[in-house]
Order: sequence, then structure tokens, then C-alpha cells
Amino acid sequence: MSSPTGKSASPFLTLLDRAGMQLILGALIIVCWLTVRNFGSPENIMNLLLQVSTVGIVATTMLFCLASGNFDLSVGTLIPAGGVLCALVLRHGGGLALATATALAFGAIVGFINGVVVAKFKINALITTLSTMMMVRGAAFVFADGKSIGISDETMLNLANSAFPVIHSSTGTILFQITLPVWICLGLFALFGFILQRTTFGRNTLAIGGNEEAARLAGINVNRVKITIFTLQGTVAALAGVLLAARLGIGDPKTAQGSELSIISACVLGGVSLSGGIGRMSYVIAGVFIMGIVENAMNLLNIDSFYQYIVRGAILLGAVMLDRLKQRS
Amino acid sequence: MTTAAQPFLQFEDVTKTYPGVTALQGVSFGVRTGSVHALMGENGAGKSTLLKTLSGAHQPTSGQLLLDGVPHVFKSTSDALAAGVAVIYQELHLIPGMTVAENIYLGHLPARRGLVNRQQLHDQAAAQLKRLGEDIDPDTLLAQLPIGQRQMVEIAKALSRGARVIAFDEPTSSLSAREIDKLFNVIRDLRTEGCVILYVTHRMEEIFKLCDACTVLRDGRHVRTHATLDGVTPALLVQDMVGRDIADVFGYSPRPHGGPALEVTDVSGRGVNSPITLSVAKGEILGLFGLIGAGRTEFLKLLFGAEPLSSGTVRVHGHPVPLKSPRDAIDVGLAYCTEDRKRDGIVPILSVMENCNISARPAHLRAGCLIDETWEKTNARQQVDSLKVRTPSLTQLIKHLSGGNQQKVILGRWLSTNIRVLLLDEPTRGIDIGAKSEIYQIIFRLAREGAGIVVVSSDLPEVLGLADRVAVMREGEISAVLTRAEATPERVLAHALPLEKTSVA
Repeated sequence: MSSPTGKSASPFLTLLDRAGMQLILGALIIVCWLTVRNFGSPENIMNLLLQVSTVGIVATTMLFCLASGNFDLSVGTLIPAGGVLCALVLRHGGGLALATATALAFGAIVGFINGVVVAKFKINALITTLSTMMMVRGAAFVFADGKSIGISDETMLNLANSAFPVIHSSTGTILFQITLPVWICLGLFALFGFILQRTTFGRNTLAIGGNEEAARLAGINVNRVKITIFTLQGTVAALAGVLLAARLGIGDPKTAQGSELSIISACVLGGVSLSGGIGRMSYVIAGVFIMGIVENAMNLLNIDSFYQYIVRGAILLGAVMLDRLKQRS
Repeated sequence: MTTAAQPFLQFEDVTKTYPGVTALQGVSFGVRTGSVHALMGENGAGKSTLLKTLSGAHQPTSGQLLLDGVPHVFKSTSDALAAGVAVIYQELHLIPGMTVAENIYLGHLPARRGLVNRQQLHDQAAAQLKRLGEDIDPDTLLAQLPIGQRQMVEIAKALSRGARVIAFDEPTSSLSAREIDKLFNVIRDLRTEGCVILYVTHRMEEIFKLCDACTVLRDGRHVRTHATLDGVTPALLVQDMVGRDIADVFGYSPRPHGGPALEVTDVSGRGVNSPITLSVAKGEILGLFGLIGAGRTEFLKLLFGAEPLSSGTVRVHGHPVPLKSPRDAIDVGLAYCTEDRKRDGIVPILSVMENCNISARPAHLRAGCLIDETWEKTNARQQVDSLKVRTPSLTQLIKHLSGGNQQKVILGRWLSTNIRVLLLDEPTRGIDIGAKSEIYQIIFRLAREGAGIVVVSSDLPEVLGLADRVAVMREGEISAVLTRAEATPERVLAHALPLEKTSVA
């Protein structure tokens, strides 16, 4: 984007332009590894991966939302709602499969409604998903009767803890493992990255974000693509909720507050355009990890959470301004 | 008045380059006080760029502007306004949701300590409008005014800033004959008051009716300035603009026509009031001419399934077509190049390859859903080569290409599909003359290969130069269908002009 021909720019600038955030991520990892105590310990890396997984999972579909020029705030409350529904079905004797299916179906329905309202009724996605976000929050409290629901189902609890590979230390304690939520997150990175690059659905998503009317007149069924994106987004958010509930052992309507903004800011930080048309999975991965590592490092450095908010906001603002400068040059 | 010694407004060796394009090269001429100076040229000749340097929207790369002998550099529109220069663009820069008075005084509302003085605003606006002979209540919402009156508001806005130099960019393109007469009277009054008027137009008759002097640009260069129009003929101006005889640009030759490619029966919908029936043969080029607002674009959109039909049927190669969406139309071999390439043709931030393959792709998938990278590259490469698209690479973002090359990529998009009927809406708008001629050759080639082609254009010579038959639209209906031999400019225009209003010329 820096120069019209792409030939006159120096190789270094081109690289920075293409892989800016990946480079920053690399630098960040090296700096933290060298300067922050315990950052490189197996235990911390395990933690980091697990912490990043919730935001990471939802960010995979948020990429599609943003790339198509849309927005989804309702994920922030679909995560707790998914967890609550799952826990509720388990408490009433449903099996793990039924519980998960119920949660995912609920997410899909909410996403579908978002999609229909945005695509067919042409209502602004911000307002639409802000409304459903509130409705879903209310629904989660109603389902849970205002309390958190404990999970006693063994298969469910094992789900979150099943891991591969598990490396034991000489004393027999677990040194390092990658648990299922992390694998699912990595799997979704790969799956949705592939879908965006290599399928018509993915290319059409970017075309719609780039110029919706041109996309329609080029023969793309714009409404169907949008509805599919929102439905996927709802389903994936509910899935993240189920995994989070399994990890925490409770379905809590109060968890994951404000996560919708962390998810969107991770995408934007990585370089996904808020106005649509520009996005890659590598951007999302970079954004998710930069956010996650900064948070993790600040925790290790015992920085007060109040200051953490300020730092995270400042990073996001800096990233979008950098993006703007890059586009202008 | 007309013999002031020194031109008030002077362009001196103005050059403007964009990356890869020279829009203006060493343009010099002067405009005297108390004259209406026409600025002519084909699309892409540099008229708009010149106006942009005048309005402060762009700065010349080299050269300068002189007002009353003093060099001026306009860094912004407000700089230009402060120096008394206003440019009135084709698309008016007004705010529909505000009142007429607020629009006139936008940016310098009469106020004390930030509090707007409504009475003063009302009175001053009323006075400005009265000066233009307009009887508009300044408190009306702008959205409620017809387009002709909005233009008057724009002029009042310029005058309220004390503009002495006023440039008009094709002001009559969307006006009725009566509104045009009125506008001309206002412009003549402004001339008498000593304003300097620069008047950009395509329309020959307007020049001889209104203007005192004329400058012709071609391909960004100054061709000639006529200080007076005595002895200047339309033919001379056309030759200056085109640089050769018009006939050469097109290179029309008759082709054999086959069976019907497109049959339209009783089609109506939004913008098309009375049902249209017409047909286009394989290998035939049908020109569709009409003034802006005659329903040409609306008609094409109906044929392409982009807007719902209220009645009628469309057949392609004899088979009725279900037209629920553009996809349906594409699947039976219809293709549509839109009027406004930037707004609804290209996806600017995607590559040339992506823009080229977007429509044909579904027919070339692997395993039903995966993109075939080999096909993508081969197809894009083939289209880029055969249409002579000038792009450094297939991955170049299409927004960095010139208008002509963007249009070729869009044509390539449709040539990648199994094309039977091509609908072209203003295919050469904003495209330089060289690329224009190439696009005409592509159109002829497609017709020779058996496609049925409908070309919509507001450029009459273009319609007459390309078409085997000419259909004329007026106010949402077909007013005439003429053969190439019958289609003289006078006859076509006579069928295109609104019925009840008096003609300008």
C-alpha cells in the first residue's frame, strides 16, 4: 500500500509494511523473554496460551465480521451465556454432547438474528449487536437465575484439562502441556485462515468489505454471506463460552465482561481494517498474542490492573494511528 | 468591459502530476474580467484537475496561478475562497438537512460569541437570493428544493463569500431547459457585475450561446485559446478537442447479425415508467441515449436483476431468465459494467487479479468450494494481456490504476464469464482518449464474436459512433428506435429532450 508500483520502496520498508505487526510481536517476545522474570518459564507459557485462547477463538470469526465491514458486540455476552446454558443442561442431567449442542445452537440463533437484521433490514451492525448483546446478557442471568451454576460433570471438567503433549518433570509434576482449548484455538486459526484465503466465501467476505455494491453487482449474494458470517460468529462465541465454563468449573453469567472489546481490539491491533476489506488470519494471530503478552507481562511485573487498562488502551490507539499513517504514505 | 488590458485570472505553466500520470502539462492562459470563458476538452483532458488547482483542492506540481497579476498559492478551499475564488462542482456541496440560509452561510454563519443570529442570517440569505432573482424562503430545508434551485443556492453561497472568480463545472448536466435559461441569465448578470467566469462544458450550443472566449485542453495540454468566438465553428472546436476527425476514433464497420441475443418484453420497474419492449441481435450493438434522469441506468439495472422488475420478461438466447439477483443474470450470460466505476464497479482495496476473477470464479472451483489458484492466475494474466491493461503486476491494488485500466479490468471480469449479452453503462466516462479508443475496439470485437451489446452513454458522438441502432429514452420510456442511418444528432436529441419544456438552443 505504501507505493503504487511496489518496486520503488526498499525491501525493508516493504517487509515492515507487510509484516509490521508480526515483527513487533517477535520483538515483544524477545524483549519480554530477556527482561521479564519467569516470562519464559514453561508454566507461564502454558498460562499465556490458555489465557489467549478465549479471545483467540472468538477473534477467528470476528476477522470475518470486520473484513466484511461489520462488527459484532454480542460475542461479549454470548461467551457467558454459552457457558451458563451448558452448565444448566448438565445440571438437569443432559450429557456433554447435548449441553454443548444447546449452547452452540443458542449462539447460532443469536448470530443468525444479528445477520438477518444487519443484512436484510440494513440496520447498522453496531446498534444491532449492541441490542442483542444486552438481550443475551439478560437471557444469561435469567437462565442462571442470577447465580453462577457449578459444574460437577466429570467428562466436562476433563474436557478442559485433556492435554497433549504432556511433559512431566523429573519429580512427576506436569512441566508443560497444551490443553484442549488451546488446540481448538490453534485449529480455528488454521481453519478460518484457510477459509478466508482459499474459498469463495472468504474472498467474497473481503470483496463485500471492500465495496458492497460492487460485490453485489459482480454476482455475490451479499446477504447470504453476511448472515453466514454472523451465524458462525455466534456459534464460535458460544463454543468459547463452553470451553471457558469447563475450565472454570462454573457457568457464570458475569464472566468475560468487556471481552468483545478485547477481541475487536486484538483484530484491529493486528491490522484488520475496521472499515472492512483488509484482513488476514496472520494479522489476527499477531494482534491476539501482542495483547495477551502485554497483559501477561504486566501481571508478572505486578502492575496494578487499573494501569493495565490505560496501557492496553494506549497500545490500541497507537496501533490504529500507525495503520493510518501507513495507509497515507 | 471586454477589453480590459490584463487578464484578471491567469494560469502560468501549470503542471500537475500524480504518481504515474501527468494530468496537466504546462497549461497557460488568461481569463479577462467581465467575460465568460469556456473551458472545453474531452473527459480526461484535464479540465477537472485544472479546476481543482483553482479551488485549492489540489496544488499544482509546478507553475502558478495569478489573480490580478499577483501569484497565489491555495493550500485549501478556504484559501481560495478568501482570495475570492469559488468553484461550483457538478455534484453540489450542500447539506440537504440544513436550511437554505444555513447552506449559504455555512462556515461563516453570522454569529456573536458563537451564538447564531437567526434574523440576520435570514435577511442576508434572502438578500443574496434576491440578487439572483430567486424567490426561495431561506428557511426552507435544502432537501425540498429542486436541483436547479440548489444550484442557485450554491451560487449564492459563492457570492456571500465575495467571490470574484466563479468557475462552473458542467452546471447544466442535470438541469431542465428552463432552469438552464435561468442559470444563463444569472451568469450574464454576474458578468455584467464584473465577475470572472470560467465555464466548463461539453455542450457546443452552450458555448456559442453564453461564452465570450474559449480554451481547449487535450490530454492535459493547452491546445488553443480563442479570445473571441467570432469566426470559431463547432467543427474547429471539436477538432481541437479530439485532435483528429471523430470518425477515426471509433472505426465502425458493419457486422452480420444473428438471432436474438436479448429480448425484452414489457419490462418496467423503478425509474422505467412505461413498459419497454426491445431486442438486440447476436453481434449487434444497440446504443441507448437519453439525458441524465431519463431512466437508462435504471433500465439496465432491471435487466441485470439488480433491481426488482414490476412487470415484463427478459429472454437471453430465446430462454426466459429468472431475474431475482445479479447472480441469476450472470449465470445466463448477462454482464453489466456500471456507470460509476468507483462506487459500484471496482473493489478498490483488492488486487487486479481479485477484481478480475470475482464473478467467473464460482465456475472454476476445485472440490466445489476451494479456489483454483492456477485458474485464478492464468485467467487474470490472460485478460490483462489481451485487454492491454497497464499494471505493474496482477497483485497491484486496482485503485492505483488509471480509470481506463480499471475499466479494462472490469471488462476482463465479464470476459472471464460466459458472456452472451453485455450491458455497458457509460463505458468511457472519465477515461482518456487513448484508452477510450481501445475500449471501443474491445466492444466491436465482442460484437463480432456474437455478443449482443447495449451501450448507454450521454456522449452523443459516442453512441452514434458505436451503435448499429439507437434507442432513445425520455422520462422513463423509449421515445424512438432509429437505425444507424436515421440516427442524426438532431433527430436523436429531438427525441431525448423533454417534451413540454422549451429547448435551449
